[in-house]
Amino acid sequence: MAHEGRQIVIPTQVLGDTATCKAGRGTFVERGKIYAERLGILNVQGNIINVIALKGRYDPVVNDFVIGIVEEAATSNWMVDINAPYPALLHVHEVPWEIEFGDTEKYLNTGDAILAKVLSVDESKKLQITLNDRNLFKIKGGHIIEVESSIVPRIIGKSGSMIDLIKKYTRCRIFVGQNGRIWIDGDAEGIEKVLQAINKIESEAITFGLTARMEELLKKDAKDVR
Amino acid sequence: MKSDLELITREGKRLDGRGPEDLRNIKIEAGVLHRADGSCYLEWGGNKVIVAVYGPREALPRHVQNPLRAIVQARYNMAAFSVEDRKRPGPDRRSVEISKVISAALEKVILTEQFPRATVDVNIEVLDAEAGTRCAGLTAAGVALVDAGIPLRDIPVACAAGKIGGQVVLDLGKEEDNLGDADLPLAISPRTGEVLLLQMDGHLTVDEFNQAFDLAVKGCHIVSEIQKKAIMHKYQTVAAEV
Repeated sequence: MAHEGRQIVIPTQVLGDTATCKAGRGTFVERGKIYAERLGILNVQGNIINVIALKGRYDPVVNDFVIGIVEEAATSNWMVDINAPYPALLHVHEVPWEIEFGDTEKYLNTGDAILAKVLSVDESKKLQITLNDRNLFKIKGGHIIEVESSIVPRIIGKSGSMIDLIKKYTRCRIFVGQNGRIWIDGDAEGIEKVLQAINKIESEAITFGLTARMEELLKKDAKDVR
Repeated sequence: MKSDLELITREGKRLDGRGPEDLRNIKIEAGVLHRADGSCYLEWGGNKVIVAVYGPREALPRHVQNPLRAIVQARYNMAAFSVEDRKRPGPDRRSVEISKVISAALEKVILTEQFPRATVDVNIEVLDAEAGTRCAGLTAAGVALVDAGIPLRDIPVACAAGKIGGQVVLDLGKEEDNLGDADLPLAISPRTGEVLLLQMDGHLTVDEFNQAFDLAVKGCHIVSEIQKKAIMHKYQTVAAEV
């Protein structure tokens, strides 16, 4: 059943016993048995059993970098869509600009995109994001595409190997938000190539040796261009 | 309605050639719609059902939100062309009831406490109807929920049993439903055996009820295996392509 060592699990599949293992993410325990709670890939680290989601909504985690789109500007805050089940609040104190009361629309308005960081997630899943950090800004120009948030780690690769590779061969500026939104800026040809690469990653996300195959693909294309 | 049609022979052979404990053919395909978060297409005998799942997303208007858990909003709808005479489109008493009981059944298996204030929307469209559409719809909804990556306690599954010509049988067909003595749709959580939905139309004695109930549970477990195979098939092929 396992394909190249990655095993796909479906909800209610028994993964282990609480006597020998610990239940990690994406699992639940009932009567001493560990079950998968969602469709995903089995990941065992030591004696902790995790299920890495294959599909599903982005689940916000504090300190995640996300790309948000402003939905609404209120007098002292903005509501921002970050692809989570809930809109996120961006307070005027959390932006790098001095804003007079009621002047929020001059800085960010409906439809603007921002690169933000998740500031807090409370018990009832109320979200707050911030722009007060280095590398956070309002996005101008470029393209934003959306992918399944579960494959974001694959697009970034081990310590950024995959994304560095794509940047190197396409000479585009790319930011990958943890929420599955990707901002790309560069010439048309470069963007085309990035999209191709991301499509490939999307369809082959659960396989091994993807970075190596990707380098091949990008190299081949690079030769055609020159 | 009285009819001299013999629904089941003395040897236990039914109109479509099935035995008393045989299901109709079931075909399930997961992930058929790319705009929905999760989807499923199901054929169960002559029933054709498509299900789209959205969410979890913010429940609107705000007064329907539950601050502690997600709500489940299922909508069962029959296409105008799904039955012999044209069905007047739009919600009617029957579909409102079915939507409600399916919502309640699905709420039991979704880990709703993980998504306070949110909603999970399940759209069940019956394209072609031939008895047992609520079971078909709920079964398809189970697969679509898994496909949407929603955390579940169990994959819900449904199957009906009934009584025709004095015999208790599994999974009624169209004539059997219309002319039979009783129909008993049942949905369970196959891992725990909990009942998620149980309705009855017609008359059964207590013994017959128990017999029909056990038969329907047996049917549910068979359908459950088909569901799991369909999900596995979809995602195993994704993995095997490379």
